[in-house]
Amino acid sequence: MTPEETWWEATRDQLLLLQFCPACRRYQHYPRFVCTGCGGHDLEFRAAAGTGVIGSFTVVHRAETPYILGRVRLTEGPVLLTHLVDLPDPHCDLPVRLAWRAQPGGRHLPVFRSADDGL
Amino acid sequence: MSVAIVGAAECDLGQTGKSVLELQTQAVTRALADAGIPLSEVDGIATNGISRFSATQLADYLGLQPSWSDSSFAGGAVFEMYVARAAQAIDAGQCRTVVISFASNQRSARSRKLAGVVEEGTPEAAFEAPYQPLYPISYYAMTAQRYLHTYGLTRADLASVAVAARARAQLNPAAWTYGKGPLTVDDVLAAPMISTPLGALDCCLVTDGGGAIVLTSAARARHLPQTPVKVLGYGEALTHTGMATAPDLLHTGAGAAAARAFSQAALGPADIDVVQLYDSFTISVPLGLEALGFAKPGEGLHATIPHNTGGGGLAYCHPGQFGVLLLVEAVRQLRGDSGARTALVHGTGGIFSSHATVILGVDR
Ligand SMILES: [Zn+2]
Repeated sequence: MTPEETWWEATRDQLLLLQFCPACRRYQHYPRFVCTGCGGHDLEFRAAAGTGVIGSFTVVHRAETPYILGRVRLTEGPVLLTHLVDLPDPHCDLPVRLAWRAQPGGRHLPVFRSADDGL
Repeated sequence: MSVAIVGAAECDLGQTGKSVLELQTQAVTRALADAGIPLSEVDGIATNGISRFSATQLADYLGLQPSWSDSSFAGGAVFEMYVARAAQAIDAGQCRTVVISFASNQRSARSRKLAGVVEEGTPEAAFEAPYQPLYPISYYAMTAQRYLHTYGLTRADLASVAVAARARAQLNPAAWTYGKGPLTVDDVLAAPMISTPLGALDCCLVTDGGGAIVLTSAARARHLPQTPVKVLGYGEALTHTGMATAPDLLHTGAGAAAARAFSQAALGPADIDVVQLYDSFTISVPLGLEALGFAKPGEGLHATIPHNTGGGGLAYCHPGQFGVLLLVEAVRQLRGDSGARTALVHGTGGIFSSHATVILGVDR
């Protein structure tokens, strides 16, 4: 499997994987065949904690139902492009946590919701 | 470096109903006429956006067999990169007369898509497309959101960029919005929302258009009709293609590109008289002026350096890759009666993906 396939397969179990380089102890996303920190190839996958903060976001209005696109900086370091859900008042620097949206075929798409929504 | 821009021109702009090659031909032949150089003397071509073999295609169409060409693709920044490549090629003796050109009929052809194009097989297709970002608008929108948040500003503050661009375009008869009257902050705020905080009037125009410039050695330029516009420095920076790659949305490649150009020219921001920077969206202007050294972080909306004098992509013309017209306007300013002796041109491509700065000057 390619790193990309491994990553998507893990979403079936609602696992958000990040590539980790033991040589430079650094996480990266999206998964690829090289560590962008040291150029090494011996990367392993680790499950992300699923916590982060909103770096920025935009409400996309060119759709029947507007949706919130966001850049979430994970606690481990990498930034994900994602959707922010159940967030009536999104703002930069808000803590968020991982949630999942089912996709056709059993995979899931990671999305993020408020970290303190009591759920 | 001893290379100068000796000719510059626009093709027809706006909604032309013309083909790309007709507009390209207009741009090239008008720029050559401006330079006083016959078409047959062109031995270098840099262009894209025509076909897979863009420079070769244009050479075929014009009946030329150039000894140098460049069809690099890096979005709207590439024309500033072509200047660097052309200056190197002329200095190295690989060619003598280079035409850099671009034209698009995107308004007439209705070829611009708001969602953009996602190329299959890229990481963006796998990891970003499922979230349906508008390309490139949503990236600039997230940058704008972060900018307003960081500096405690509002959409109305950003709207002032569109208002100022429209005002400048009222002095430029070639501008798409010429004669359409002034814009108010309320107009900008009331325009349809596209991707918050950017509404329709925070976005550059979608028009046909293009232009061309002609470069040759500074030694030869002295014998040509126009005041030679010397290439004093250039610099580039490529930073990302993905919307999640850049660690900091407010730290673009513009600073690195400009620093390289300033270093080569042995000049600094205080030495520059006029700036042409790629105003794809309102946010691009303050953020760009800050990165280029013309304002402190967060103070770009109050920068006093004259910039985007023709109205820019927001109010004058935006044919999809605006970079060539930044150069044309810079040449116009340096030859004109504004008294400007130095100009900085900064092109940007994609989602702040590629950056290229060129510093130009005239002896006055
Ligand atoms: Zn590493």
